[in-house]
Amino acid sequence: MQKHEKHTRDPRFHVVKRAGMSRGKALLIRFLAILAALLLCSVLSTLLIGANPLKFISTLFSGSLGSSRRIWKFAKDSAVLLCISLAVTPAFRMRFWNLGGEGQVLVGALASIACAYYLRDSIPNALLLLIMLVAAVLAGAFWGLFPAICKAKWGTNESLFTLMMNYVATYLVAFALMEWTKADGSSTLGEVAFGHLPRLYNEYLLLILVVLALTVLVYIYLNYTKQGYEISVVGESEKTARYIGINVGRVITRTVLVSGAICGLAGFLIVAALDHSITTATVGGLGFTAIMVSWLAKFNPLIMVGTSALIIFLQQGGAEMSTIFNVSSAFPNIVVGIILFFIIGCEFFIHYQIKSRVSHKKGGVGK
Amino acid sequence: MFKKLLSLALVLIMVLALGAGLASCKKDPDAEATLTESPLPAVELQKDFDIPSDFKVGFILLHDELSTYDLNFINAVNNVKTVLGLTDEQVIFKKNIPESNDCYEAAADLVDAGCKVIFADSFGHESYMIKAAKEFTNVQFCHATGTMAHTENLANFHNAFAPIYEGRYLAGVAAGLKLNEMIAEGKITADKAKMGYVGAFTYAEVISGYTSFYLGAKSVCPTVTMDVQFTGSWYDEIKEKNAANALMDNGCVLISQHADSMGAPSACEERNVPNVSYNGSTADACPNTFIVSSKIDWSPYFLYMIKSVCQGTAIVDDWCGEAHEGSVVLTGINEKAAAEGTLAKLKEVAGKLQNGEIHVFDTATFTVGGQTLTSYLADVNTDAAYTPDTEVIADGYFHESEFRSAPYFDIRIDGITLLNAEY
Repeated sequence: MQKHEKHTRDPRFHVVKRAGMSRGKALLIRFLAILAALLLCSVLSTLLIGANPLKFISTLFSGSLGSSRRIWKFAKDSAVLLCISLAVTPAFRMRFWNLGGEGQVLVGALASIACAYYLRDSIPNALLLLIMLVAAVLAGAFWGLFPAICKAKWGTNESLFTLMMNYVATYLVAFALMEWTKADGSSTLGEVAFGHLPRLYNEYLLLILVVLALTVLVYIYLNYTKQGYEISVVGESEKTARYIGINVGRVITRTVLVSGAICGLAGFLIVAALDHSITTATVGGLGFTAIMVSWLAKFNPLIMVGTSALIIFLQQGGAEMSTIFNVSSAFPNIVVGIILFFIIGCEFFIHYQIKSRVSHKKGGVGK
Repeated sequence: MFKKLLSLALVLIMVLALGAGLASCKKDPDAEATLTESPLPAVELQKDFDIPSDFKVGFILLHDELSTYDLNFINAVNNVKTVLGLTDEQVIFKKNIPESNDCYEAAADLVDAGCKVIFADSFGHESYMIKAAKEFTNVQFCHATGTMAHTENLANFHNAFAPIYEGRYLAGVAAGLKLNEMIAEGKITADKAKMGYVGAFTYAEVISGYTSFYLGAKSVCPTVTMDVQFTGSWYDEIKEKNAANALMDNGCVLISQHADSMGAPSACEERNVPNVSYNGSTADACPNTFIVSSKIDWSPYFLYMIKSVCQGTAIVDDWCGEAHEGSVVLTGINEKAAAEGTLAKLKEVAGKLQNGEIHVFDTATFTVGGQTLTSYLADVNTDAAYTPDTEVIADGYFHESEFRSAPYFDIRIDGITLLNAEY
């Protein structure tokens, strides 16, 4: 008897997909979630580090918006993250889990700086920049292409493959640095004086404008071109794609090529507009953060403008908190984690609801 | 229902057990190091100048307190902060700043916050600090371990370092005494007195460090040899641990390191092999094997830097403190692991180094390819081609950190084997 009951009983809670929620309500829920997260963080900060909750929140904001210099940095950092997020998105739309953004950006950066390092002032700066750009795009594309071909030909696991390629890229940079600094062994390149992008008002504006233009282009590519449509179809169902005559292998390869190329472009921008140098930490995990940006925006390039800004806002607010309250950087990371947790959590509740078990007096009926 | 009660009871028991376990977590007295006084102690600092109330100082750090390298700077800042009575608002930290344009941005942000002097702690920060120095000419920029201040000729950009090779030498003497003890006890024969060293890169700072350590050991144990294993990283716990284990497998009976993690010391503690540490005491984690540790104490420089700015006097291009003035300090000696009489010997050698009776890189104490060095051109002035430019051997010794503060001793001497010099 008992055994029978166990079989027929529903779980106490189960998750059901919600039928469409109005946009306004969804937005309100998101807003409330962020508010609740801030509230919880304020309470935590009061308890853990004895911070005044109001000062805590104002610090979070002043990290990104506290001065015109910070606003520019905020915009620039968001643009760099956005650029890498745009890069990984086409592959994601196709359900090709490219975790190799980090490495693809890094080889792009390496190709750029290598051109500047070897060509120096032997050619005009404009030509050098062009060569750096082409080299970066090709390097990034190649870094993505390799796992893509293996996936298309032999069905290898692209997540593992691209992840491993990150390590190869990191050690390639370490190797190049050792070669270039053999004489003193420092493995530190310092600023290379050649191949700097021109300033447009300041160091950042040109980069920001390029990324904004790219955002629009990627949006159009994904939503209004035949290739973009093919990506969506392959992402929905490979079998359907094959049935309607799409060459799936070709679409995978082509799309990852595009992803890698944009990663390369990001690497070029980092080197030519900002760092003029390279270290193994040049990308600093942005390739992985970009995955979150892309997911949070549900792979929509226009929404990514907002999600990348949100992530950078939180990071810079967190760093400022560590500075102002002089606490270890672990605490701001907790704060950022809590806020992201609430945001991701509220997305879940916007799309799903949890229903508790309807009690059944007689075993088996409810099934 | 019974199951639920049972699981609840089990959970309670586990929680209570955990609490009891934590409460009884007292340290075992046998597992604690017993440290003597320091043979080269920190110097007590004095405040002998006025600080304007609007004075602010900024510090840019590569990592945060989780890295022993950065922690060493943070401790020095907090020390000086207390001595000078500076408030939290007057001392601003920017932590986890990579060696990229971010460093320039952090410096500019500190200028906006009103800092009169800004310090950065990592070698790769240098070009970005110079970029900031050129833009903000009324703010002073100071940089540890850098090499370019004396040739850049900027009035507001300065390098600093300390004669840590003297501290390493003293630590090496302690290692040599330990080897002698092992020989006397019959644990090893004199020709088996081989030390192991875990280094980061084949960079002058590392080469100068391990060579002075080796020469210190050799000064008391003439048959000593040393293997050096590089990791190609300043901080990589697993690599450092593996390197230390490989060295021990290879017959090294004592280990030291120039890398920032606990990798090498903890490997030594696991295998009960004596260890000479760096950049901070590892005595708590390694009570049975820790001998002594040397480090740069940045407090004297921070005090000097702040005093100069407050008094409006110029900061020197290239500051290199004196060991006996507190720039280089040693921890106490762990009596559990060190040889008897180490403290007295180290004090004696420290005195001789101070009065110039002995020199760390005395050319009579080492050979290169079997030959005694009489002349060496070092690359003191940084240029893209790394051209050697300065004669650094005179009066029978290599003049380290005199022509610029950052080390430039990069000679591979006899007796030291580099196992993987490609780094």
